[in-house]
Amino acid sequence: MAEPLVLVEGVTKSFGREVVTKVLHGVDLELHPAEFTALVGPSGSGKSTLLNLLGLLDRPTSGRIVLEGRDTTDLAEAERTTLRGRSLGFVFQFHHLLPAFTALENVMMPMLAARGREEPGMRERAFALLEEIGLADRASYGASKLSGGQQQRVAVARALVLDPPLVLADEPTGNLDTESGAQVFELLRRVSERHRTAFLVVTHDERIAARCDRVLTMVDGRIRSDVRRPAA
Amino acid sequence: MPFEVLVALRFLREGRIQTLLILSGIGVGVGVIVFLSALISGLQASLIERTLGTQAHVVVRAPEDVVRPATAPTAERVVASRLEQPAQRLRSIVGWPQTLGLLRSLPGIRAASPTAEGPAVALRGLANRSIALRGVEPASYRGIIDMPPRMTDGEFRVDAAHAVLGVELAKDLGLRKGDKLRIETPRGRSDVFVVAGLFDVGNKDLNERWVFVSLRSAQTLLDLSGGISSIELKVDELFAADRIAADIAGRTGLEAESWMERNRQLLVGLRSQSASSGMIQLFVVIAVALGIASVLVVSVVQKSREIGILKAMGTRTAQVVRVFLVQGAVLGLAGSAFGILLGSALALFFAALATNPDGSPTFPVALTPGLFLGAAAVATVTGLVAAVAPAERAASLDPADVIRHG
Repeated sequence: MAEPLVLVEGVTKSFGREVVTKVLHGVDLELHPAEFTALVGPSGSGKSTLLNLLGLLDRPTSGRIVLEGRDTTDLAEAERTTLRGRSLGFVFQFHHLLPAFTALENVMMPMLAARGREEPGMRERAFALLEEIGLADRASYGASKLSGGQQQRVAVARALVLDPPLVLADEPTGNLDTESGAQVFELLRRVSERHRTAFLVVTHDERIAARCDRVLTMVDGRIRSDVRRPAA
Repeated sequence: MPFEVLVALRFLREGRIQTLLILSGIGVGVGVIVFLSALISGLQASLIERTLGTQAHVVVRAPEDVVRPATAPTAERVVASRLEQPAQRLRSIVGWPQTLGLLRSLPGIRAASPTAEGPAVALRGLANRSIALRGVEPASYRGIIDMPPRMTDGEFRVDAAHAVLGVELAKDLGLRKGDKLRIETPRGRSDVFVVAGLFDVGNKDLNERWVFVSLRSAQTLLDLSGGISSIELKVDELFAADRIAADIAGRTGLEAESWMERNRQLLVGLRSQSASSGMIQLFVVIAVALGIASVLVVSVVQKSREIGILKAMGTRTAQVVRVFLVQGAVLGLAGSAFGILLGSALALFFAALATNPDGSPTFPVALTPGLFLGAAAVATVTGLVAAVAPAERAASLDPADVIRHG
């Protein structure tokens, strides 16, 4: 198999100083380019903690995480931030758009943060993504004027705008009604295929998990099972 | 537009009511600073103008006579000396044309004029008054005290036959323009002058005592024969007069006295006024800074989710810090624009409120571009400084918390 996009080796994570709570008990994992993976498990099993570690938002207590061949263990915070901006996209459960900006500006935001100011082509790139998710006509709408499903679709476009190899999605449909949830999931699958982007989707929804290429199940801070769906 | 400025402006626009309230707060604060500064500067300028309008900034005179003991003590001899202080006589500055030329060439000196001044008596019929006789060169003296605008009758014409005196003295002696006046000096010399004009310098004592004649007439009457008693100077920088006087004394060996030495009480008053105004302004600046800081701290709490998202998306900590520093600076700058308008309006209203009998405002105000620039700079820097703590707080926010807690 090709070089993994993400390599997780013996990762543990504990919280607290006096009373230490160990949340991850040695996780080993590989994620591959363009792979659409579901991460399932009961509450408290360590899914979100693992997602934060993979997103370079937190550091493991032990073990190492290699992203695109680069060991992130000893990277300085500024380097982790740069790597996060370039190589990772995020879709959160609660949409998390910036309400002070329009849909188009929200999509542009990772590019603006990375380059420090607006540059030629940025607006067109963001607009093309809004067209792709079917929200070009809402480009100038304030984020708070969009419905829940629309906001989540804008968040997907934002996660993809810098063309990252991996998007981490934490319960992306958890806060949506069934129909909107289904639409957003379809969108995630579609853009994953079109952009050759790997997705790791944390979900409680078994129907969604069943439609992913691979399902990782976490229990008590360990990966209990790793099931790949046979290619169609 | 830089990313940080874009985000800062949007954050401010989003918290519209909060932003407007703090802008009003800063505006009122800056308004108070502008108003107070304009009023205090105006009052001080008016006070200085009224006091120094009839004074030279520096007066240079011949050194006073010094008495030394006739016999000096030695190792074998003890001397008990008693020195009698001599009465100071009117003395001329030796080589005054050269000294005048030197003084005119010094930097920081705007005008220099020779004066022959001494005591005399003005007589008309049986009436007489003790006066200060001032012999001047009208052309150069205009740079020291601009007399023509102060003339209430006639003109400032001093020559061999004409003299100019104050309105109070004219009243005391019953003189009018064109009348004759005799002047006698303690040296026993006297001359008769025609009154060319009457002046009012806004000081009753000077209006009673000053009589201007030509330099040559005064030299003759005061027995100075070609000499002068003093050189009067105006300097460019009012508060540099002390330093310039010391410099002149060092260079020439003459006595040089600045207006600051002659008006100690005025100077103390001006400095106390400036200090109390400065204290009030300092407290206003502190209040403005606390207002900006508290609004931004609240904003950090309110915007913690947005800050977390920005950081998760790859926004660097330094960029987040700059977003809040820009907010502080923008609040300070925008608030100061409002404050400058408010303070200026208040100052102009105050100035128009009451006027003196001569039509000048009772509360003169000095609204200058320097004051506006200064107020804007103080407010902007205050905004920046006040934003440091909130910015650091924003920078320390953990983006993982946003994802964890939503």
